[in-house]
Amino acid sequence: MKIVLQHLTKKFPSRSKKSREEVIAVNDFTFEIPDGKLVGLLGPSGCGKSTTLNLICGLLTPTDGQIFFGEDDVTKLAPENRGVGLVFQNYALYPHLTVLKNIMFPLENLRGTQKLTKDEMQRRALEAAKLVQIEGLMDRKPGELSGGQQQRVAIARALVKMPRVLLLDEPLSNLDARLRLQTREEIRRIQRETQITTVFVTHDQDEAMSISDLIVVMKDGIIQQIGAPQEVYDNPANLFVAKFLGTPPINLFDGKVENGMLCIGNDAVLPADGAAEGEVTVAIRPEGFLLKEDGPMHCVLVRLEVMGRDVSIVSTHACSEGENIRSIINTENTLDLNSKIVRFALKPQKVFLFHKETGERIYMQKHPGNAD
Amino acid sequence: MQDQMDYQKIGKSAKARRILRNIFVYTMLTFWALIVLFPFYWMVLTSVKSYSTYNAEYIPKFFTLAPTLANYADAFTSVSLGRYLLNTLLFTVVTTALMLFVTTLAAFAFARLEFRGKNLIFTLFLALMMIPNELVIITNFVTVTNADLRNTFTGLILPSVTSVFYIYLLRENFAQIPDTLYYAAKVDGTSDLRYLRRVMLPICRPTLITIGILKIIECWNSYVWPRLITDDADYYLVSNGIQEIRENGFGRENIPAMMAAVVVISLPLIVLFLIFRKKVMEGVSRGGMKG
Amino acid sequence: MEKRTMKAWLYLLPAILFLGVFMVYPLVDVLIYSFEEGYNSASQSFFGVGGYNYSYVLHDPYFLQALKNTFLLVVITVPASTALALLVSVGLSSIKPLRDLFQTIYFLPYVTNTLAVGLVFMILFKKTAYSDGLINLFLHWFGSPSIDFIEGPYWAKMFVLCFYTIWVVLPFKILILTSALASVNQDYYNAARVDGTRRGRIFRRITLPMISPMIFYLVITGFIGAFKAYSDAVALFGTDLNAAGMNTIVGYVYDMLYGDSGGYPSYASAAAILLFAIVLTITCINLLVSKKHVHYSK
Repeated sequence: MKIVLQHLTKKFPSRSKKSREEVIAVNDFTFEIPDGKLVGLLGPSGCGKSTTLNLICGLLTPTDGQIFFGEDDVTKLAPENRGVGLVFQNYALYPHLTVLKNIMFPLENLRGTQKLTKDEMQRRALEAAKLVQIEGLMDRKPGELSGGQQQRVAIARALVKMPRVLLLDEPLSNLDARLRLQTREEIRRIQRETQITTVFVTHDQDEAMSISDLIVVMKDGIIQQIGAPQEVYDNPANLFVAKFLGTPPINLFDGKVENGMLCIGNDAVLPADGAAEGEVTVAIRPEGFLLKEDGPMHCVLVRLEVMGRDVSIVSTHACSEGENIRSIINTENTLDLNSKIVRFALKPQKVFLFHKETGERIYMQKHPGNAD
Repeated sequence: MQDQMDYQKIGKSAKARRILRNIFVYTMLTFWALIVLFPFYWMVLTSVKSYSTYNAEYIPKFFTLAPTLANYADAFTSVSLGRYLLNTLLFTVVTTALMLFVTTLAAFAFARLEFRGKNLIFTLFLALMMIPNELVIITNFVTVTNADLRNTFTGLILPSVTSVFYIYLLRENFAQIPDTLYYAAKVDGTSDLRYLRRVMLPICRPTLITIGILKIIECWNSYVWPRLITDDADYYLVSNGIQEIRENGFGRENIPAMMAAVVVISLPLIVLFLIFRKKVMEGVSRGGMKG
Repeated sequence: MEKRTMKAWLYLLPAILFLGVFMVYPLVDVLIYSFEEGYNSASQSFFGVGGYNYSYVLHDPYFLQALKNTFLLVVITVPASTALALLVSVGLSSIKPLRDLFQTIYFLPYVTNTLAVGLVFMILFKKTAYSDGLINLFLHWFGSPSIDFIEGPYWAKMFVLCFYTIWVVLPFKILILTSALASVNQDYYNAARVDGTRRGRIFRRITLPMISPMIFYLVITGFIGAFKAYSDAVALFGTDLNAAGMNTIVGYVYDMLYGDSGGYPSYASAAAILLFAIVLTITCINLLVSKKHVHYSK
């Protein structure tokens, strides 16, 4: 079931009594989520991603715009008639019911022709439990389960009624680091097996990048960019997206385009064909630096950090926006620790230019042969 | 497209149901609000009807066109309503103040000080919470009578002072203040009493206000103990006063004047409640029970 | 004794003095009283020790009447007021506009003087030579003959007493239940809605279990409170409750102690201890029953 959002807008009345202004949580969203995909809504807190999820499942009604499931307009439909499964951030498992009863709960709501027999319900509940591998815990109460197990029960409860769409609100935020890795693989597996169109909300870019087929980056109620994770990472549409994705974070510099060359301070680092002359913000991914004795970029060496397979060089530059520059290089390169200056060449595909005020991307023409 | 039609229908019927439900809910809530408010309305209404008008109404009227304040004057002159009010005020203020003093010291000892036998005595205190007043009031009656304290404020006030529950409530609140504050104050050479006064009391002011208000309500409405311990009308509190007015006051059954007295008695607490609405409701939900 | 222990006891001294004199000592004393036969309050002497006081009280028709009245009051008002409070609170929680206003109004009876407002109820229900009273006016509209609720038949008097008691105890229950309802995590309701749960089922399967500890708390305190009913009855029927046939157990205790029929602290003590025993038994039964039906979250 594909999901189509058209000009979706949600405004809330302002919380403070003084200003009459409305808060626009979701501003004119239009995009399509293809059938059977796993989509991550990604953004900092307050960007409207949870609101979007609640609009899709019907707990909120939009101020404007439409939502389609396949060909059906579900905009005004109550959540129970949409056929969605929702997993809450805190799981919202009924504490007084056993795992089995929790999973069966949605089935017991079915009426009329859809009504199931007790055996049928149990069979389906067990099926859902097997899918998330908790069939051994059916008689426990939620209070007796670990966070990861509760999460699985919540997913089973959402899946048991065979929803057209599965929605997950910050599914990993209540888990510890190790469980998080494990659970996100689990979500990926379950989604693959069931082939249900799945939308999940997260503020953790790592999470979104690792399992999504498609990510939607949002900020202040506005979609910044939509695309496959790698595509968005490699080709950010604006400064916000570039900064939001990637660990360690991208390095920023004040630069300018002069005579067809991109300059950072006095260093003319790259040819910048196609970019208009003037001041720009330069963003360079940590892996975009190459150690080179005659490299055009001069930085002051601070220290070297070796972490497993990666070596990162921490240095400073007069035009750097942050305090330090962090670059990741592979261990084969050698570095003279006694020299104060370290010189880099840059990989052009890892260097992005942005408009100084608007943060919009300024595109350069690719120069073959200049890179590594 | 057939599907879409159905969805619209579903949406519409859901909306109709919601409206119906709202109508039902508001009707029910308003109905109960009327039942709650009606006695208040009736008492104010009756209190401004003149004696003759009231008695002439075989079928009571829901309004009056000639309101009079004469009944209020009556209530203060022909019976000693003013005296009852002053007595109650004195009783309430002194009892509440004493209670706060005793409670604060005890709660402080339980929350902050370390001493031998603390757990034992605290458990005993908690056990006392379960003892109903009715059980101990008999002996108290005998004690106070034997001590010749009937018809005195001392006799009225002393047995009403302590409440184990308030000690418990305040102790819980005191215990939430981090130990580090206490140690910091100790390092600066602050005495326990000063620490209690300058740090703990200001921090726990909301709880103090809460138990203060609860005690005021309790005192203002107390009936049983004053009834047992006073038979001289000079020492009556409002509850006994109104009972006295009902049974012996105003010569004939002067209901409008009686209602005027009821209004005067009810007003102080209602005003107090409307001013401290949030505090009162919060306090009561944390541990108030009537009686 | 160590210095700091001394100091701590100094802080506790006022509380211990008050509690010792007015709670612990009376507790012991009331037990002794209840077994002292033929106690004379004037000479402060007694004949012997035994269970006579209990046997006297249990055979006293006034006590039996009080017992019956109290039990009826408990059995009627506790379930009725709890159910009504639940209904009102659920209604309150489902609305937004006017909610504060309604809440304030519903709370008013809590801060009123039981004796004073009881008088208003008395004149509303009372039938006098001058007027049948307002309630009877309503009854006439429905074609019913007038009834004297204050000095008339037993069931009418019991009805007024129950009605007034419910009116008085409801604010506390509504307050507790509305805050209990508000503290149920909204996500549970959202989850149930997404699953298409009907309202009745949400209420039965989610709301009720979630607030069951509070309901249970109200039932227990309701039982205890109703067993100790007294001033509501005085407010409606005057101080001579025995004559009105509307006495309660607590009223019986006080009447034995003081007033026209008073001067028998031994009988009063025996009755008070009987009351305490009844309340304790019922509370224990409540606790046992609750183990099965109340859900306590961890």
